[in-house]
Amino acid sequence: MIAIVDYGAGNLVSVKKAIDWLGYQCAITSNPAQVAKAAKIILPGVGHFASTAALASSGLRDAISAAIANRVPFLGICVGMQWMCDGSQESPETTGLGLLPGQCERFPEAVKSPHVGWNDLEVSASSVLFRGVPAMPFVYFTHSFRVPATAMTVAYCEYGGKFSAAVERDHVFGVQFHPEKSGEIGLKVLENFCSL
Amino acid sequence: MLTKRIIACLDVDAGRVVKGVQFENLRDAGDPAELAKAHSLSGADEIVLLDISAAHQERTTLLETVRRAAAQLFVPFTVGGGIRTLEDAAAVFAAGADKISINSAALADPTLITRIAGRFGSQAVVVAIDAKRVNAKRIDAQHGENGMQWEAFTRGGRTPAGRDALAWAREAESRGAGEILLTSMDRDGTAAGFDCDLTQAIADAVRIPVIASGGAGGAEHFVDVFRDGHADAALAASIFHYGLTSLGDLKQRLGSRGIPVRWPC
Repeated sequence: MIAIVDYGAGNLVSVKKAIDWLGYQCAITSNPAQVAKAAKIILPGVGHFASTAALASSGLRDAISAAIANRVPFLGICVGMQWMCDGSQESPETTGLGLLPGQCERFPEAVKSPHVGWNDLEVSASSVLFRGVPAMPFVYFTHSFRVPATAMTVAYCEYGGKFSAAVERDHVFGVQFHPEKSGEIGLKVLENFCSL
Repeated sequence: MLTKRIIACLDVDAGRVVKGVQFENLRDAGDPAELAKAHSLSGADEIVLLDISAAHQERTTLLETVRRAAAQLFVPFTVGGGIRTLEDAAAVFAAGADKISINSAALADPTLITRIAGRFGSQAVVVAIDAKRVNAKRIDAQHGENGMQWEAFTRGGRTPAGRDALAWAREAESRGAGEILLTSMDRDGTAAGFDCDLTQAIADAVRIPVIASGGAGGAEHFVDVFRDGHADAALAASIFHYGLTSLGDLKQRLGSRGIPVRWPC
């Protein structure tokens, strides 16, 4: 069972729908015990970084940390990926998981923000998430803050400078774009995670 | 590079498409779910479904339509028409929409924008503005730029809202709108091209994306509204009437004119 973690931020229907379409068993849950038992964990997220504070207060953060330590595959999407950082300029008082060093940052004034729409990626050949995806794939973004380039970055996007569109290391993954809204390419990325 | 989006729009009445992007080789040209899927596979970057049903009892039909369309749609999906409350919006999201579009209800009560954005995020809230060029004397002169002004209309463009379109776009942004869907009432249905002055005035006044709508009659009109109108996206309704065979054809034409588009996709 793949757990889609619900911490009260936004609409999780689209993520579940995509996983259902791919034929994998999944459930939307806000129960830490169910997250602890999951074979894989997806942490979606839309909106404000401050909403991730609910992960700590609900016990979900501890359940996710323990699962990652037990080598359970984890995928953070959008704000779910941003939460993998130490924190974010969007909400300095909210602590992230600290898997990625540094803070999520604003886009420079020179470009419109939020970054909304389809943008192409520069993908590392070694990426597990992008296995079987053609070069320079287009994916759908909608976000106002971004994860800087890190040692875990496997896909870069250019918008007011390069930033991390996807990160991965071992069984831990994050994507800033919305694979559930990125057509066939997005479905392939999700399939690559679900089939691990 | 961030691409310019081409958004396919379907007008739906009582669960059937009554106006929309024309399509060849389709089993049922009137079924919104079939059309939405076909458009997404042929290169639409996004799908908008506008419910124009007059009767309130059609809400159940609409939600069922949204559910069926969303089940096989993996590009962003916006639903508009008749959303008056946070509960209406929540029902549409639960049925599988990624964004909702609100117009009259937002003008009547702008806090609706903030309430929906607060629960579902700003990225999920599209404020639709139907704008018409007006005599500058009719509204507050301070908002006019280059002597041109536009007024927002409600109820499908029938009733003037008494709001300057530019000021309303700025207010919608500050209240939490994630995008503006801007329709020129003057150009809608004319095939004379988008209103690039209007689109540019609004697009330059806000930081959120602006989707241009109304007046497209050919591929060059899309080039104009992206280049001169500073639009981030453009709505395609009756594409077949533009002398193009498909959305892919339109995108190839745009690409050849130096407009960044998602093609091939």
